[in-house]
Amino acid sequence: MAEITAPPEVAIQAEHAPPAGPLDFEIVPLKGLPIVGLIGVLLIAAIASNKLWPLTFFHVAGGAAWTIIDLFLGLVLGPIMGKMSVPARIEFTTKLMPKMVLIMPTVVTATLAAGWQLSTYLGTNLTSNPLHGWVVASMIVVGVMAILALGLLEPANIAVLFELKKPRPNPAVIERLMKRFIYSAGILGVMQVATLVIMTKLASG
Amino acid sequence: MNERKFPPFTEVGMFSLALIVIGGIYLSSHIPQHVPLGPPTALLIASALLVVFNLYTLTRVPDFAWGRFFQVGKWALLAYLLTAGLIEYAFLQNHLRGGPLVILTLSLLVYAVQVPAMIGFTVARYDTPGGAGGDASLVRS
Repeated sequence: MAEITAPPEVAIQAEHAPPAGPLDFEIVPLKGLPIVGLIGVLLIAAIASNKLWPLTFFHVAGGAAWTIIDLFLGLVLGPIMGKMSVPARIEFTTKLMPKMVLIMPTVVTATLAAGWQLSTYLGTNLTSNPLHGWVVASMIVVGVMAILALGLLEPANIAVLFELKKPRPNPAVIERLMKRFIYSAGILGVMQVATLVIMTKLASG
Repeated sequence: MNERKFPPFTEVGMFSLALIVIGGIYLSSHIPQHVPLGPPTALLIASALLVVFNLYTLTRVPDFAWGRFFQVGKWALLAYLLTAGLIEYAFLQNHLRGGPLVILTLSLLVYAVQVPAMIGFTVARYDTPGGAGGDASLVRS
C-alpha cells in the first residue's frame, strides 16, 4: 500500500493547530473540594486552639508548599513548558492548571492565616519585639506577591482553562495567557527567595 | 487573536488592591499601639472608588460578554468570600475591635469583590456574548 506523507509545512501547521473540539477536563476539580474543605476546617481549629504546634505546622507546611511550587513552576517548569510543542503544552496545561486552581489559594490562605496567628502567639507582630521590622518586611513582600498573584496569575490560570474548553480554542490567546502565567510565576519565584531570607531570620531569632 | 480595546481593568484593579494592602500593612505594623486611622481610611475609600470606577468603565464596553463575566465571577466571589471570612475570623480571634476592625473588614470586602471581578474580566475579555465559548462550564463537559 502506498504510504501518504504530509508535506513538511502541513506537519508544522498540525503541530501548532489548536485541538479539534472541546477538551474533556474540569476547570475546578470537584474531587479536590472535600480536601480543601477539610484543610479549611483544620485551619480554623488550629487558629481557635491557639497552640504553637498546629499553628507552626500550618504556617511551615503551607509556606513550604507555596515557596516550592512558585520556585519550581517559575524557574524549572516554566522554561520547560516554553520549549514544548503546542499540543504537548496544551495537554500538560489541562492536567496542571485545574489542580493549581485549588492548591494555590488553599496553601496561601493556610500560610497567611496561620502565620498571623503564630506571629500573635509569639509576639513578633508587636512593635516592642526586636524582630518586628522583619515581620513588617515579610508583610510587604507577601503584599506585593499577593497583588501579582491575585491580579495576574490567578485570572490567567482560570482564563486559559476557559479558552481550552471552547470548541475552537485560540492558540494566540492561550499563548498570551500562558506567558502571563509563567512570567508571573517566575517573578513570584524570585520574590520567594526574599521570603526565605526573612523567614529563616525570624525562625533563628 | 482578539484585538478588541478594553479599559485597563486589570491594572486599575491591581492598583486598588495595592491601596488596601498598604492600608492593611500600615494598621498591622502598629499593633498594639494606637493607630491613626486617617491614612488607612483614605486608602480604603480610594480603593473602593477604584472598584466602582472599574466596573463603570466595563459597562461602557460594547458587546462585553457579561454572561461569562457573571458565570465566573459568582463562583470566584463565593471562593474569595470564604477566604476573606477566614481572615476575618483570625482578626476576631485576636480580639481586634473598633476602628481598625471596621477598616480591615471593609478592606476584605473590597478584596472579595475586586479579585473575582478581575478573574471574570480576564475570562470574559476573550469571549463573545453567546459566542463560540458560550457553553463552557466549570466542570467536565
